[in-house]
Amino acid sequence: MKKKPSVIKRLFKLVVFVAVVGLLVLAWYATRPGPLAFASGKAVALDAYQGHPTGTPPDFKATDPVARGRYLSEAADCQACHTVEGGKPFAGGLAFKLPFGTLYSSNITADKDTGIGGWSDADFLRAVRDGVDDEGHRLYPAMPYAAYTYLTDEDALAIKAYLFSLPAVRNEAPENQLSFPYNQRWLMAIWSGVFNPKQRFMPVAGQSPEWNRGAYLVEGLAHCGDCHTPRNLLQGLDNKNKFAGAEAEGWRAYNITPDAASGVGAWSEADLGQYLATGHAKGRGSASGPMAQAVELSFGRMTPSDIHAMVTYLRSVPAVKSPELPAPKEAAAPASPKQGLAANVDPHGKEIYAGACASCHGWTGESLLASRATLTGSRAVNDPAATNVALVVLSGSKFTPPNGTIAMPAFGAAYSDREIAAVVNYVTARFGAEASAITAEDVRRMRAMQ
Amino acid sequence: MQMITLNINGQPHDVDAPAEMPLLWVLRDLLAMTGTKFGCGIAQCGACTVHLDGAPVRSCLLPVGSIGEKKITTIEGIGATPAGAKVQKAWLDLEVVQCGYCQSGQIMSAAALLATTAAPDDADIDAAMAGNICRCGTYVRIREAIKQAAKAS
Amino acid sequence: MAPDAGSDSDFSVPTSRRQFLLTSALAGGALLLGFRLPFAASASPPAHAAFAPNAFIRIDAQGVVTLIMPQVEMGQGVFTAIAMILAEELDVPWEQVRVEAAPPDDKLYGNPTFGIQVTGNSNSIRAFWMPLRKAGAGARAVLINAAAARWKVGAETCTAQIGEVTHTPSGRKLAYAALIDDAAAIVAPKDPPLKAPADFKIIGKPLKRLDTPDKVNGKVVYGIDAMPPGVKFATLAACPVFGGKVGHVDDTKAKQVTGVRQVLLFGDFVAVVGDHMWAAKQGLNALDIMWDEGPNASINSDAVWRQLRAASEKAGATAKNEGDAAKALGQGERIDAVYEVPFLAHATMEPMNCTVHVQADSCEIWVGSQVLSRAQAIAAKVTGLPLEKVTVHNLLIGGGFGRRLEVDMIEKAVLIAKQVDAPVKVVWTREEDMQHDVYRPVYRDTLSASLVDGKIAGWTHRITGSSIIARWLPPAFQKGIDIDAIDSAADMPYDIANLHVEYTRDEPPAVPTGFWRGVGPNNNVFAIESFIDELARRANKDPVEFRRGLLVKTPRLLAAVNLAADKAGWGNRLPARSGRGIAAQVAFGSFIATVIEVAVDEHGDVRLKKIVSAVDTGIAVNPDTIKAQLQGGLIFGLTAALYGEITIDKGRVQQSNFHNYRMLRIDEVPDIEVHVISSGEAPGGIGETGTTAGPPALGNAIFAATGVRLRRLPIDRAALAARKPA
Ligand code: FES
Ligand code: FES
Repeated sequence: MKKKPSVIKRLFKLVVFVAVVGLLVLAWYATRPGPLAFASGKAVALDAYQGHPTGTPPDFKATDPVARGRYLSEAADCQACHTVEGGKPFAGGLAFKLPFGTLYSSNITADKDTGIGGWSDADFLRAVRDGVDDEGHRLYPAMPYAAYTYLTDEDALAIKAYLFSLPAVRNEAPENQLSFPYNQRWLMAIWSGVFNPKQRFMPVAGQSPEWNRGAYLVEGLAHCGDCHTPRNLLQGLDNKNKFAGAEAEGWRAYNITPDAASGVGAWSEADLGQYLATGHAKGRGSASGPMAQAVELSFGRMTPSDIHAMVTYLRSVPAVKSPELPAPKEAAAPASPKQGLAANVDPHGKEIYAGACASCHGWTGESLLASRATLTGSRAVNDPAATNVALVVLSGSKFTPPNGTIAMPAFGAAYSDREIAAVVNYVTARFGAEASAITAEDVRRMRAMQ
Repeated sequence: MQMITLNINGQPHDVDAPAEMPLLWVLRDLLAMTGTKFGCGIAQCGACTVHLDGAPVRSCLLPVGSIGEKKITTIEGIGATPAGAKVQKAWLDLEVVQCGYCQSGQIMSAAALLATTAAPDDADIDAAMAGNICRCGTYVRIREAIKQAAKAS
Repeated sequence: MAPDAGSDSDFSVPTSRRQFLLTSALAGGALLLGFRLPFAASASPPAHAAFAPNAFIRIDAQGVVTLIMPQVEMGQGVFTAIAMILAEELDVPWEQVRVEAAPPDDKLYGNPTFGIQVTGNSNSIRAFWMPLRKAGAGARAVLINAAAARWKVGAETCTAQIGEVTHTPSGRKLAYAALIDDAAAIVAPKDPPLKAPADFKIIGKPLKRLDTPDKVNGKVVYGIDAMPPGVKFATLAACPVFGGKVGHVDDTKAKQVTGVRQVLLFGDFVAVVGDHMWAAKQGLNALDIMWDEGPNASINSDAVWRQLRAASEKAGATAKNEGDAAKALGQGERIDAVYEVPFLAHATMEPMNCTVHVQADSCEIWVGSQVLSRAQAIAAKVTGLPLEKVTVHNLLIGGGFGRRLEVDMIEKAVLIAKQVDAPVKVVWTREEDMQHDVYRPVYRDTLSASLVDGKIAGWTHRITGSSIIARWLPPAFQKGIDIDAIDSAADMPYDIANLHVEYTRDEPPAVPTGFWRGVGPNNNVFAIESFIDELARRANKDPVEFRRGLLVKTPRLLAAVNLAADKAGWGNRLPARSGRGIAAQVAFGSFIATVIEVAVDEHGDVRLKKIVSAVDTGIAVNPDTIKAQLQGGLIFGLTAALYGEITIDKGRVQQSNFHNYRMLRIDEVPDIEVHVISSGEAPGGIGETGTTAGPPALGNAIFAATGVRLRRLPIDRAALAARKPA
């Protein structure tokens, strides 16, 4: 670029910024635990460990590399981020709205010009695990390479083989729209240096094969922490509060630690397994938003042994309490619309509930139509912030159950911000442990993020 | 696909239907009980309302496999219940109906309300009936008719 | 109710139910005969045993009087009203009356206004009032003559009452039934004596509707309920983009769905046939369809409005011109305003459907249609069969509102049926119904007026929008004027010396348009009554007072305005952010004033508090039906005014079902008082009047409550919020 004063000023700013960042990082780095740090036992090399934490599970029968690649790509949930609604799978272009701009996912079909058709195996491994593309550009951590870095060569390349087996789609993903300094890709080198362990998965000796398989899936392919672990101010995962809950695409990704009240400690293993496999467990509510999509495209396609392995691993992480989340109310609301209502709620909420919601969810909160539609016991309904309830009312559950019988429609288009706020507050008040008090303004902001 | 036995209006019916098939289509298409109507298919209009052990349910989203022993009552049978008979009479006396397409559902919802609430006030009626859309706009008379039916002993 | 309650046995055994429907289907008249109650009893009697002086009346030897209905029953109570008119002049006991739907036949049953067999424009009673009275009176005269001849006395010495002829001097009596053979030979007089309204025994009574009983026990048979033996079930999907075509379809998964029989591809839609609707629906979902979206894929609502607004700048064809409006606009204070109304879907409660059985040399159709002969004609066209080979059983209609003035659902069903070797019932999903409607057009009404010392000196009104008439009834589209689009505007009721009304035709891109309950008067009454209100405010006059001053030459509307204002307590004080609005209209031959009271909360949500209407519709054939139609029509119109808008993106309709195309629900609807003004004038229309009356009264009430004038529908609640959102 030509040197203009503005550019110099800009570079100067940049240097200062980098210096500050560097210091912060180093100060903080020392105290940073790795994702598996909590586990007792010594990390050993893969081949030094009995059992097979990597690859496809024993109960996945197909053996050809493409089928195995498909399974692993589903476990890694590549499609969710690399596909736009109604678009061709893996053709990219999905927008990620961030506070400092918008990122677009890339085309990972085998198209030579707009996709990764020209990439060598080395290019692919470097992108997936180090976050550096074929031209040496740094990728933004929206791509979970800090988790995928645990993948074995074999598994990562099986995914590549699968992607290359699909029809190449020509589709130029839009340019990212990021503000300075976030538009400086090379800064990601620092980020990556700090937050990407840049190492393959190392099983923990003394932990069971299920546990280690679970660890490989949860920390690597499924990258659960990317949504469920809070981030520090530099957008690194704060593993001190591993899985204690965070925000994802505006939705709450709830606490999935074994904490009894605010986590999933009260859930049986069967509950957890069923929730992962189907997006719903009786009395535990239903997945919606990004989690619903993860179930539909990823967990729902995994084998029972892998689901069980993930549950085993999740059970073992330290319980962390989320003070803002009360224990879900287990009792159903009274059958009579007249009883069981918190007085302080906007009465308009009840009218809307009666017209648009009660037919499916009932007045008790226990649906006569489908356990999936039962509100009682749902974490979202028992979150006084009511973020997920509001979002699901606005945009629907985005979940198509296997037999296609039931899916929550999106009410956002026909109801005002105030009406949505009113009905959401009514729902948490009637069916949850604590009434929410969201406002029309809150709903307006959520619409904007959609 | 297996034989499912349903108890409808006090009579057993065997149907050969996939467990997830909504009761609405079992009634209409397999049993030719066309009094129960299709309006939206997403539990937003109430046209398909039937009773399950006396409780109003939207049959368009009720998987037939989930019903089991529960007793199903449809518009064809509701007149045999005291509340249903009262409601039908009030509907005729006040000439509630226009095109009539929503009325099976309206009557089923109203009968369920009266069966549990002897003297419903406006709030009760709103809560019980707001899920039933009437495109012809018979709401004013529906409200009157429910109150009249409640008075009839 | 007891007998009905006991009778569900014939519902519980499918075969017997199908048998029951089959027999009724074969019973000639129509499936209507499948009804119990008034309809049921009358299986068509053998012709020779019946006296049929005209196409509307048949009296058999048992004295059963069968009246044939030239108009279709959609809930507007027309079967009952028509029967009342015939029974009145024929003078038969109401209990003896049976009604039967007419078969397709424009010559015998064509609507006098349209020349074809159509039910619409709220004109059933207006159009058939005289013809039916003459038919009844003619038959009565014939029966009197027959009796007189039998007795060898002068006809003038005989009278006819409640089903029998009496020879006044001797007191001898003969029942109509006993006279049918003699009567058969006698020709009816061309101008039989009609009863004096004072002598009416049936007309004017709030009689119970004939179609109601089977509508409360589930026995009524709508189009969607037809169940010919061996029927298959189908549902369909047209290209989501208007004008698009079917591209590539992979039906592998669909064919694996249990119960799916056939997957059929047509030019612009696909259909799945199965053992039941669920199978068909699941099959349709399982289809992998690549649409060829065509040129409209880029159309959106902005494009639609841009085009309409541009078109509205062009002068139109003159519909009415009195005095010198242009000059008058130059005097006094000039006020201009523009009003806009959106696309609307019909969303009839009964989704589009049609059941068809096509065989080598016949086509049998079960449907509820507002255009019976067109239904038959389209089937003949698609099958290549002669008209007489096409039988149409016209069943009751679960809401028409204009949607069933089209035959697209019949054409598609017949196309499908040609590929199926059994009767097939084609039912649209709600989503398909809403996204492939013919929509109430977007209209733009441009008005200007001038006030000279508080009076309207000049008035111009330009209506810009689609011409449905030009497509639907081309001969009626003359000199660039769509008679429907200017209805209630060219003939607006106010006394204004200098008046100019014109129409600019503009067809919206891509989106098909059609008649929608209230038709032309919808946008016109909304624009005119809102504008009159604006002028009243500008003239510092009370809106009711202001209208009174302009209605001296229209006493019937003036009386309605006075009555409505009085009953609504016009002028009584209301709390803050509450207000009353009035709208007056002459539409469909009826004179109506409506007062709506609303409260608007700080969020801008509008609550209807009270609605009062006063109507002079001439002779009120059945006053209770008139009340019901106004109540229902008002709710229909207010639903649209509060929530109704179909929007377009990427050439598609964005609304799909009631969760995003919202309906007023019972808890939002207040008491609706309707006061029927007694009148000796010929009957006016009523079915659509409430729909046009509601929106302007609402807008005017909202202005009274908030001081915000909304010139576009649906109302913008954000604009009404006390504090605008940051
Ligand atoms: S059809 Fe079931 S609620 Fe509408
Ligand atoms: S009577 Fe027609 S929809 Fe209710």
